[in-house]
Amino acid sequence: MFGKLSLSAIPYDNPITMGAVGGAVVLGLVILGLITYYRKWTYLYKEWLTSLDHKKIGIMYIILALVMLLRGFADAILMRSQQAVAAGGSLGFLPPDHFDQIFSAHGSIMIVFMAMPFMVGLMNVVVPQQIGARDVAFPFMNSLSLWLTTAAALLVMVSLGFGEFSKAGWSGYAPLTEQQYSPGVGVDYWIWAFQIAGIGSTMTGINFLVTVLKMRAPGMKPMRLPLFVWTTFFTMLLVVWAFPVLTVDLALLTLDRYLGMHFFTNTLGGNMMMYVNLFWTWGHPEVYILILPAFGIFSEIVATFSGKRLFGYTSMVYATSVITILSFSVWLHHFFTMGASPNVNIFFGIATMLIAVPTGVKIFNWLFTMYRGRIRFTTPMYWTLAFIVTFAVGGSSGVMMSIPPADYVLHNSLFLIAHFHNVLIPGSLFGFFAGFYYWFPKAIGFRLNEDWGKRAFWCWLIGFYLAFAPLYVLGFMGMPRRMAHYANPTWHPYLLIAAFGAAVILLGIVFQGIQLLVSIKERRALRDPTGDPWDGRTLEWMTSSPPAVYNFPKIPIVDELDAFMDMKEKGVAYRRPDQYNDIEMPKNSPHGLIIGALAFVFGFAMIWYVWWLAILAALGMLSTVIARSMDDDIHYIIPAAEVERIENERYRELGPIAKRHPTDEQTIPERVPEM
Amino acid sequence: MKRKKYSVFVGLCSLCAVTLLGGCSTILLFNPKGPIGESERFVIIAAIVLMLIVIIPVFIMAFWFPLTYRASNTKSTYMPKWSHSTKIDFLMWAVPFAIVAVLAILAWTRTHSLDPYKPIPSVHKPINIEVVCLDWKWLFIYPDQNIATVNQITFPVNVPVSFKITSDTVMASFFIPQLGSQIYAMAGMQTRLHLLADKPGTYAGQNQQFTGRGFADMHFQANAVSREEFQSWVEKVRQSPEKLDLDRYRKLAKPNVGYHPVTYFSSVKPDLFEYILRKFNPTLGQNPRPMSGGNVSTQAGTDVSEEN
Amino acid sequence: MMTTNASTIGIAYSEEVEHPDTVAIQTFGFWIYLMSDLILFATLFATFAVLGGNYAGGPTGKELFDLPYLLGETLFLLFSSVAYGLVMLAMHDGKKNCVLIGLAVVFLLGFGFVSMEINEFHGMIAAGHGPDRSAFLSSFFTLVGTHGIHVTFGLIWMAVVIWQVAVKGLTTPVQSRLMRLSMFWHFLDIIWIGIFSIVYLTGVV
Repeated sequence: MFGKLSLSAIPYDNPITMGAVGGAVVLGLVILGLITYYRKWTYLYKEWLTSLDHKKIGIMYIILALVMLLRGFADAILMRSQQAVAAGGSLGFLPPDHFDQIFSAHGSIMIVFMAMPFMVGLMNVVVPQQIGARDVAFPFMNSLSLWLTTAAALLVMVSLGFGEFSKAGWSGYAPLTEQQYSPGVGVDYWIWAFQIAGIGSTMTGINFLVTVLKMRAPGMKPMRLPLFVWTTFFTMLLVVWAFPVLTVDLALLTLDRYLGMHFFTNTLGGNMMMYVNLFWTWGHPEVYILILPAFGIFSEIVATFSGKRLFGYTSMVYATSVITILSFSVWLHHFFTMGASPNVNIFFGIATMLIAVPTGVKIFNWLFTMYRGRIRFTTPMYWTLAFIVTFAVGGSSGVMMSIPPADYVLHNSLFLIAHFHNVLIPGSLFGFFAGFYYWFPKAIGFRLNEDWGKRAFWCWLIGFYLAFAPLYVLGFMGMPRRMAHYANPTWHPYLLIAAFGAAVILLGIVFQGIQLLVSIKERRALRDPTGDPWDGRTLEWMTSSPPAVYNFPKIPIVDELDAFMDMKEKGVAYRRPDQYNDIEMPKNSPHGLIIGALAFVFGFAMIWYVWWLAILAALGMLSTVIARSMDDDIHYIIPAAEVERIENERYRELGPIAKRHPTDEQTIPERVPEM
Repeated sequence: MKRKKYSVFVGLCSLCAVTLLGGCSTILLFNPKGPIGESERFVIIAAIVLMLIVIIPVFIMAFWFPLTYRASNTKSTYMPKWSHSTKIDFLMWAVPFAIVAVLAILAWTRTHSLDPYKPIPSVHKPINIEVVCLDWKWLFIYPDQNIATVNQITFPVNVPVSFKITSDTVMASFFIPQLGSQIYAMAGMQTRLHLLADKPGTYAGQNQQFTGRGFADMHFQANAVSREEFQSWVEKVRQSPEKLDLDRYRKLAKPNVGYHPVTYFSSVKPDLFEYILRKFNPTLGQNPRPMSGGNVSTQAGTDVSEEN
Repeated sequence: MMTTNASTIGIAYSEEVEHPDTVAIQTFGFWIYLMSDLILFATLFATFAVLGGNYAGGPTGKELFDLPYLLGETLFLLFSSVAYGLVMLAMHDGKKNCVLIGLAVVFLLGFGFVSMEINEFHGMIAAGHGPDRSAFLSSFFTLVGTHGIHVTFGLIWMAVVIWQVAVKGLTTPVQSRLMRLSMFWHFLDIIWIGIFSIVYLTGVV
């Protein structure tokens, strides 16, 4: 009846896990209680959970990402503390079974459930506004993607309390993940969580590709697109190309585990290297999926806060396209030590090095954007500067590892861990934080407190170097990754420093929490009445903060790169149209939420071999899709009078700013004529 | 605030410098004991130096530009529309490209000369060792001496060691950091590795690829000794009461918890290594390299891997 | 109420693009979906190419495949595609009943294809040549089966669309769905031709 599921699946005997489960359950109950107490269920359901508004979906994505960031970071703290104590003869406080789950969960969560939703969230909030659109191409599919991702994240969280998570690493190398070597439900949790989230991501990819290609405002030619839109476009191209490979790879592993097939088994003709090849055919583009959007964010920020056009816009676009294409020709550098022939290895080695060229170009472009600018040091700019410096180091260590003979000794060592954290933390997370601070006023309506933001920033940056510089050294000392405990005492001091670094980062996260609370308290003082708090250059700053549901009462016409700056310079940025028209917007729909919930049930049932439930959930999903497709009445009309009322309100709040030319403003440095 | 960042950077640099120069003996990769490791150290250092050509200007510009062009410094030039310079554009594509070209040449030659499959030229006949990864220990078979050991190898200094590597469980990676290159161990497949120690000593060996619960305890000792000492070690192993027949092997292959103590076997079932390989891949020839040519089972007969 | 300045320098607003062409956007989105689906099949083909020779002592394609039977199966799918082409012509002419009859024919042909495939799989599994026998059979069943599952979902979709045509008539959203289903159906045809030539023909030769 319940497959493998029984009460013994709950890890009663593990105090750390039970503490985490207890904490999560209590926190969840408190939140649910508060919602009930303030009678917010209807509001939540109508305004958020069933909303198809890209801005709200974006905000929900980011909330999911921040929650998962906390979970992933808790795992990181546990790993660092374990390795800080498990030296010499000591086995530390985490038995290998538990430690292995923690590092597997950390990697899986940070890549798929933190970075991906954070990125998609920012894109959702920003991209339609940047291209002058009212929504994405497929608003319903957008909501579906969100709820599939959430369902998958929930599966990972549930694995804490029911059964276990995978003990085979986030990359799940076969044959370790085969039934023979990992008989528990952990790998199945990992498979289904990745699979469900991956399908959500593929749909996001299709959605945003169509959005960027088909929904642009008139005059928004390709070479007038903001760079974040460009990087979104290339990222989504990568998503659509790469995620099907992951889908297949996981499906084949699933068939091996569930139906006894022989794709990656040791026996009967299976080949484990096929798994590894397919995994990295997705896995390497995935790295660029996470980094390219952040490159776009940095490009927007550095131009805005330097009060200057982005240097080498064309170069940037081409560099991004080169990275996109090359990212598919380098996957083998993840396993140079497989024993491939030198010609194969060097092909992938040189292809990898070549990626450094367009990446280097980007770094120099950002630097030269600052050159002859008027730089304002806001929190987003701090993250950007830290990124440039830190990423240069991380990228270089990557080039080092792309040389096969160097990789023969650095592979799978802590040097590798240091390297990819050194590219992914500044290259992706710092970018998302920068974007978070930059677009927060746009999405929510008020700015975030700068003082706490800078304190958090310094903790993150210093903590980052303290946590990862020692890992580089440990890599040179020959320490492998994923050690639950170790005998070599010379490694110990460095792991202590690294643990201290993680503690400093923790302080940074606490400061970010304080910053949010302080900013909410001071929200009136931090209110952004203009919709353009930073003297922005691109179209998203043309809307109010937060934007009306339709973003633009009238679709603007674009005649320049940096369209909004162009309008401000021409003095037409705040010109009101002669008349407003009715606007058609997508209606709310609960179907995405329902399918997400059923996907969770389906995944859970598959993990525990509860076949009848899995079949019911699958039929439920199918019926919901059919029900949705029967409904042709999916839009509602906002009457012109209502639009006018909303816009009147906005212009009342804008007040004199609407008439004022931005160059009159005090905080904006005077523009000198072009030389 | 800039100064703070700067001091962090200086602090880290000096930390690295101290560890790299001062504690050199514990920084294994910078303290190699054989030609393969030495060559790989050279590659790493060369790459670091080349990378500095990019990193240093980036650091300088990343501090200099923000300081000079900060909003409060109204004396600096401000050109809000300046966004293109063919000269700079050319440089920023050409310089990284040139560096990559140099690196690529270095990588090309070293990848070929340091191919783990390539025998090390020497006047001495190489010592053959067959390596089997088990859960969670290393089995070493000396086919020429007909002995076997667990978690310890001994070989003469200045004599090439030729490893044949496979796994009787999941995928692992065989690595002796101070001697150089690692290579994967995969069930039903055989990989090759050639190493040489030019200084006597005891070097740590380990599994570099996560293999499950007992992974952390999967380390072994590699002793490089004189030829005489090697002979007497072989004699010592031959004195062991334990013999590695199929039954004993099956017992040994069962997963163990914690570090498996060093064990000597005075004799080995003939072709045990071959037997382990064929267990997973009955139609196996000697597959030259994993994934090459796609289909491992059709290359029966020809032994391509014994290149010399 | 136009209180703010009415600057005459340039026009900042577009005069009506309020109704983006939904059908064109949906069709375009479906093309991109097909592209990603194509990559999914390409990955399965690659897996078959790598593992398809690993018989592990089990049967080979030569012993398993019955070409005349497969030719029949193929004809079912090809004729269903032709029939779908006629359905699209009828749709453009607004002939609702012709569309319904045509779709019914397509559905039956597709159903015949799936039934034949299930029968083929059943025979192989019953003879002990199931997907757990060897890597070759795993990759064979998965590649061909994935195509079969696609066709099955196409049939479910077709049933829904038949119902919609019958109840709602040939409205714009229904026509858009018919068009996308048509793309999907022809796409599966092309994939099948790939499977037939790469898996079956080369397997037998």
